[in-house]
Amino acid sequence: MDRNNSRRQLAAMKQSLFDQGHLDEQFIQLEELQDDANPNFVEEIVTLYYRDSSRLISSLEQTLHFCACGRERNPLDFNKLDTIMHQFKGSSSSIGAKKVKAESTLIREYCRTGNAEGCRKSFQQMKKEYVALRKRLENYFQLVRQAGPMERACRPK
Amino acid sequence: MVTTGDVGVVGELHVLAVDDSFVDRKVIERLLKFTSCKVTVVESGTRALQYLGLDGDTSSIGFDGVKVNMIMTDYSMPGMTGYELLKKIKQESSVFREIPVVVMSSENILTRIDSCLEEGAEEFLLKPVKLSDVKRLTDFIMSGEGKKVGGKRSQKRNRSDDCISSLSTTCSTVSHPCDLSSLSPSAMSSKKSRL
Repeated sequence: MDRNNSRRQLAAMKQSLFDQGHLDEQFIQLEELQDDANPNFVEEIVTLYYRDSSRLISSLEQTLHFCACGRERNPLDFNKLDTIMHQFKGSSSSIGAKKVKAESTLIREYCRTGNAEGCRKSFQQMKKEYVALRKRLENYFQLVRQAGPMERACRPK
Repeated sequence: MVTTGDVGVVGELHVLAVDDSFVDRKVIERLLKFTSCKVTVVESGTRALQYLGLDGDTSSIGFDGVKVNMIMTDYSMPGMTGYELLKKIKQESSVFREIPVVVMSSENILTRIDSCLEEGAEEFLLKPVKLSDVKRLTDFIMSGEGKKVGGKRSQKRNRSDDCISSLSTTCSTVSHPCDLSSLSPSAMSSKKSRL
């Protein structure tokens, strides 16, 4: 049956997201807050996260002076970077985005030591993960919907 | 005028949550609603004071009073920090001082934890806040313990001396709190002994 198939796929997808270190315990914590009245809470939060953090990403890119022209870059405003990263790391942590959070910690470290190249490189790593995770979670939530309400409703309040 | 300790008609706690992060506001709201609390969420310390009627502009607020049984505030916020909000509340008249204030932070900094507790914070929670943290808090307040707060250095701090003195040792061994699945970092940062 399609539904059983979806459920199997869902379980496998979820397992791999955890095994590969993309998500942590916090994601489970959020799932446990779902009930009949709020069956899509996690999807809603993740959507909010991506919407809200996109402006932080833009801000980071601007502050990191990424430009294709290759001319001499001005010194980075590490304080500003660190402030934005603090916010970004916080919300990433709140949705259980484990790798994004870890990369964010790295960026903050580079900010503290004033390492511009380190900041830029780790930002690029972080953004890669951030984008990849979004796609994977989109697929995950699509499957959640396919698997049907039984997948969500079994949480005792 | 704010009254504390009074639980609403249906036995619901009213919690005021303060956080500048949109995502975190949504999460704390859900956590509190899940534990059957009435929730008001604001984005800053300033807004929180306005809501409580402590901003010196009470005439602009049209209603009789707000019953808040607990305040949960993020520590790092632009403008007024959670610590500053905590201080302001604890410096108020006895009615406001009695409202338990819980500080939340993503950073496990001992001096920060200690200064919040010194200033009268009920508890210091590490983010991301868990359902078990919220349940523990609401149970505690529902049990009426929350009313027994004295001055700045409340008796709770004395009773939980064993917890506080071990706080530095337990926290110092927690180098990566988020990775320890068996230990709850927020539990370690709170006055656990009386709960």
